[in-house]
Amino acid sequence: MAAFAVRRLGSMVAVLFAVSVLTFLVFNVIPAYDPAEEMAGKGAGPQLVQSIREEWGFDESLPQQYLAMMEKVLSGDVISYQGQENVDQRILEGIPATLSLCVGAAVIWMFFGILFGYLSAVRAGGLLDKSLTILAVAGISVPVFWLAAVMLEYLSYKTGIFPAKGYVKLTEDPVEWANHLILPWIAVAVTLVGLYSRVLRSNMLDAMDEGYVRTARAKGLSERRVMTRHVLRNSLIPIVTIFGLDFGALVGGGAILTEKIFSIQGVGFYAVESIENLDLPPIMAITLFGAFFVVLFNALVDIAYAFLDPRVELGSSAR
Amino acid sequence: MSGGALLSVRDLRVGFATEDGPLQAVDGVSFDLAPGEVLAIVGESGSGKSVTAQTVVGLTRSPGARIEGSARLGETELIGASDSELRLVRGERIGMVFQDPMTSLNPVYRVGAQIVEAIRAHRPRIGKGEAHRQAVELLDSVGIPDPGRRIDAYPHELSGGMRQRAMIAMALALDPEVLIADEPTTALDVTVQAQILALIERLNRARGLATILITHDFGVVAEAADRVLVMYAGRVVEEGTLDEIFYDPQHPYTWGLLGSLTRIDRPRPRRLPQIGGSPPSLLDLPQGCSFRPRCPHAFDRCAELPALDARVPETAEHRDRCWLDPETKREQRQVEGEIGLEAPA
Repeated sequence: MAAFAVRRLGSMVAVLFAVSVLTFLVFNVIPAYDPAEEMAGKGAGPQLVQSIREEWGFDESLPQQYLAMMEKVLSGDVISYQGQENVDQRILEGIPATLSLCVGAAVIWMFFGILFGYLSAVRAGGLLDKSLTILAVAGISVPVFWLAAVMLEYLSYKTGIFPAKGYVKLTEDPVEWANHLILPWIAVAVTLVGLYSRVLRSNMLDAMDEGYVRTARAKGLSERRVMTRHVLRNSLIPIVTIFGLDFGALVGGGAILTEKIFSIQGVGFYAVESIENLDLPPIMAITLFGAFFVVLFNALVDIAYAFLDPRVELGSSAR
Repeated sequence: MSGGALLSVRDLRVGFATEDGPLQAVDGVSFDLAPGEVLAIVGESGSGKSVTAQTVVGLTRSPGARIEGSARLGETELIGASDSELRLVRGERIGMVFQDPMTSLNPVYRVGAQIVEAIRAHRPRIGKGEAHRQAVELLDSVGIPDPGRRIDAYPHELSGGMRQRAMIAMALALDPEVLIADEPTTALDVTVQAQILALIERLNRARGLATILITHDFGVVAEAADRVLVMYAGRVVEEGTLDEIFYDPQHPYTWGLLGSLTRIDRPRPRRLPQIGGSPPSLLDLPQGCSFRPRCPHAFDRCAELPALDARVPETAEHRDRCWLDPETKREQRQVEGEIGLEAPA
């Protein structure tokens, strides 16, 4: 366990370092963009631009700029070029909204993904299975922005069933919180419900041919117990794996589109704003934040795996 | 139903609809299993031996399967019985052990939990603690050392032999009348094989447990069986007591199987003997005797399927499907290379 933690921590640092360097470099090769000129505003004299350049350190070498940037990001007093606000502060403010969106969507996609996958597998080849297959493929194929726009049009603007936009804090009004998030949750979850139900269905059909399932039947277990305790239980292990990866990626930036469309002031919303403004400090900080979640959930997946499958041991290099 | 049989299978037929057409995996198999008897069903892969056994307990689940015939366990008809009726039989009255104990045990549950599950599926009133205690006892009875600790092991933490012992313990958890062991030793080392067979024999004697032993290995048959059923391409081609099959095999296919045994009591052959050709596709069986294309003794009458009849004088229970007359066969066997064992003095 200790060896596992050390190794994971090491690779985490390496990944975050690589991501930050890449982001920084990409930003610095964007042609014809000078942050000092942007900050000085249109029509500013060259002297003002020069003084800003010196004040912010844009005239130093790239490695020095990178180190200065990283030091600020990690110590929490990085200031954005546009608006001159504390970036880490804004990210922290955005986290509750982003997590609300992601966790709620995750609950929905796991519940329905597993439910539909299970029903499909148990009734494989039947009418229910075929209907669910069509729904799943449709769900996987629908782009988020289209689904979100259609839901907004028909469930919000035209009928007023759900509020169109914005985010209400859970602590302020839980009912309104959920009410505002239902459409975004669905927008995020639909594709993943389709995907997960297909993956689970195929895992379960494979598991049904396993020897231990035959043994379970030979013991005289009820069909339901055979399906849940043996087929489903073993088929969920790979589902948990992809869930960890998908959830990490979602928190780390996968919900950007949804946050933008539904005006949820989360981390993704801030990311869009910063990219539009070519504002390096928040882009750096948000990218690191996203990468951190991806790497973190990767590690959590491995830990969960060892719990779910006794054949897997943490710290063994066999995997 | 013949007198005293515990399990009586009559004219069992199992057909499957495959993409390449219908095939008959089991074609009119009949046998009786007496209490306390070990009946070996011998045959190559695809001979229908496993399908026969699995169909009896309703584990042939392919949606395209067509099952006919009868299998009576005491007063209970198993063919066509509902799933809930069969559930009362499986585990409770017929225990099963399968070939590969690694894949036959669920890798994510402890061995003990899997035995407890079998007990409590049939005896819901038995508490978890009591079921656990019984499971320890069962592991002990199949010769697993330190059962109190092994019960908490996961399948992958046990050796192949230990896993198979645990499987047997699980199959015996509810003290069934019949044990079906489907290639129970195939995946094991030879020494472990012998231990497992000895265990099955011991349980068979101690509990009066009737056993169906499915195998392709005549060595296993010789060690454990009382009676033998030889299957080929879905049909029984010969049936008799262990001695009848070994000392006076009637069907050329049985000779072939016996001739393929490596023997330490004979000079070493230059090549391992084998049966020429390969088993026929069940989709395209030859007319008449299915063994005809591979049989060196086939003659024109073999185009007609011989019935499974007693052909050797004075042995009503020794039946076979071969048109050759027993005397000719005895001569042929001598010429061909001493197939069958010498009768004991």
